[in-house]
Formats: sequence, C-alpha cells, structure tokens
Amino acid sequence: MFEHFFANPATILMGGIIGFLFGFLLQKGGVTRYNVIVGQFMLKDFTVLKIMLTAVMVGSVGIYGMRALGFDIALHVKTTALLGNALGGLIFGAGMAVLGYCPGTAVAAMGEGSRHAIAGVFGMIVGAGLFAEVYPWIKSHILSVGNFGKVTFVDLTGLSPWLFIAGLWVAGIFGLVSLERWEKNNQS
Amino acid sequence: MPKPQNFYLINRLLKKTKAMEEKMLSIFQKARWSPYAVGTGIGLLSWVTFALMNKALGVSTTFVRTAGMVEGLVSEDHIRSNAYFVKYLGTLEGPYPVFEWQFALVVMLVLGAFCASWLSSTRLSETVPDIWKVRFGPSKGVRFAGAFLAGIIVMFGARLAGGCTSGHGISGSLQLAVSSWIFFLCLFAAGIVTAWLLYGKGGKNNV
Repeated sequence: MFEHFFANPATILMGGIIGFLFGFLLQKGGVTRYNVIVGQFMLKDFTVLKIMLTAVMVGSVGIYGMRALGFDIALHVKTTALLGNALGGLIFGAGMAVLGYCPGTAVAAMGEGSRHAIAGVFGMIVGAGLFAEVYPWIKSHILSVGNFGKVTFVDLTGLSPWLFIAGLWVAGIFGLVSLERWEKNNQS
Repeated sequence: MPKPQNFYLINRLLKKTKAMEEKMLSIFQKARWSPYAVGTGIGLLSWVTFALMNKALGVSTTFVRTAGMVEGLVSEDHIRSNAYFVKYLGTLEGPYPVFEWQFALVVMLVLGAFCASWLSSTRLSETVPDIWKVRFGPSKGVRFAGAFLAGIIVMFGARLAGGCTSGHGISGSLQLAVSSWIFFLCLFAAGIVTAWLLYGKGGKNNV
C-alpha cells in the first residue's frame, strides 16, 4: 500500500491550501471551541448555525450559478438512504454534543491547542475502523432502506434549482435577521 | 526633482498604504470574526473545491483512510478484502493513494487553526472544558475517556450517514442534496436533546 501512498503533488498542494484556509476560518469563527458548539445545542450561542447557513447560501449560488453560466461543474451528491442518513445524523448529533466537536472542528481545535480534542480525534479513527468492520451488515440491513440514490430536491421535484435557492435565501435572511434581533433584545 | 505638491501626494499615498496595512494586520489579530464573514469564506472555499478540484469539501473520509492505513500496517490482506476500505483505498492490484487531497486538507486544518489562534494570541491549552467541569468534575481522565468514546460515536454516525458537518452539512446542503438536509436536521435534533439531557437547564448559564 505504501508504493502508492501519495496522490500527485498538485492535488495535495491544493488540498493543503484549502485545508489551511478552512482551519483558519473555523478558528476565527470560534467553532473550534467546546463552549460555542455546546452553546449552539443549548440554544444560547447560534454561531454554528449562522456560519453553516451563510456557507450553504453562498455556496449554493456559486455552484448552481457557475453551472448556469455554462461552466463544467459536476455535482457530488451523497446517496439518499433515508434510514442511514437519519440514524447517522442522530448518532452524529448525540456524539457531537458530548465531544463538543465535529470531525473538522476537532482537528482544527487540536491546532488551537485543545488537548481533549486529541482524544476525540483518536476516537474518530477507531470509529471509522469499527464502521468498516460492520459495513457489510449495515449495507444490507440499513443502507438499503429508503434508498433513492444520489438525488437532490431538483431531481426529486423536477423544479428549477433557483426556486430552492431563492427559498433558502429568503428564509435564511429572514431567519438570521430575526435571530440577530432576538439576540439583541435578550442581551440586556 | 518632483514638485512640492507631488511630495505631498506621495506622502499621502504612503500614509494611506500604511493605514491599510495596519488595518489588514488588525483583522488577523482579531480573536473572532463575524460568523457571516466566516460562513461566506467557507462558501467561497466550496466554489474553489468544486470548480478547480472537481471535489466537494469534506473531512470524514480521511478518517476512513487513516483507520485503513493503521489496520493495513497490521494486515494488508484484511483491508484489501474489506468492502468499505476497498471503496476508499482500492484493492491489492489497484490501490488508491492514502494521502490524497482531502488527507492534506485535514492535516493542514491543524496549521490553519494554529496560525489563526497564534496571530490573535488566543491559543488554548484546554484539557477539560468549563461546562464539563461543572457537570462531570475536573478529572482529565474522565474528559479524555468521554471525548474518545464520543469520537467513536461521532465518526460511526458520520460514516453511516455518508458524511459529516462539512461533507453533508455544508457541501451536501448547498447542492440541495436530499440526504444532506435529512442529516442536517437529525444532527441538530439529536444534538439539542443530548446537550439538554447532559447539562440541563442550569447548563445554559455555564456555556
């Protein structure tokens, strides 16, 4: 396996640059901190939601915009397996509330100096190994339930992606402005 | 020999550049950025990964490769016959690289966060978070064991769902993927319930 350990240098370099910027942003956003993540789940600090929603809003316009302009940009949609997605999300969320990090923020938190994040990262490596060992059973018993393949809401409904993106922006802006206002009123 | 009024202009320009430099520097020295600025930045990064690399921004697959690498050191036959590792690391005849773009991304997350916290002098050496201390006591061992076990759970959930907060939550949601929105909603629902079960009403004051 070690003869083919490294991919080509150009993709590694690009991945590294993106990772550096991503880590920089996560730290400056404050989401490498246990208090901020747990604060989100306690509905006290909405930083996580604000960052994620903004990223999704900006990202969706860019990806679908570039495609509309004729750039050759492929989508990378993950398989919809209703039981797997839902169960995985529930397990992930429960673990994240205890750990205080998701995979990306745990690695970035190590960079910021949080020692306990290292234990979390080791746990994650073990978790990935465990999943691989039980994968055959999960594939036939869980991932087969409600499997629709790699679908988006556009595929599912036949509507224009811009309808969803417009909805996302309207709901997002309305929600975030309301949230800011609510936070201001609750501060004093 | 420039005219005196030109000296004045050059001087003004220099002053302006210096002020801009200082402003740039002070941005990097700021401990926290607006979540909207950070979210926009991450959104723009997703444009770059899709457009220039033909990839979606993600993190958790790298943990599969790492686990496969560690297990492969013990027994390469084992990982070459495991359907899940074969998906990401290939077979004995056609192995895929372990250290590919996302692996580099994950490694560099550490340096990015290090530099960001170093520039603002807000580095931590947290071993037990404050709210955890209030609930579970100051023991390092308990927190490390808790984080380790929770790490196992987090990654098991991520692989079951097909991605994590980055791959599903951000990259998937922005593509309007059905799987990702289900994951996103379930993550928050379970996170909120678990945090309240763990820390209760009083926990809110300690966050």
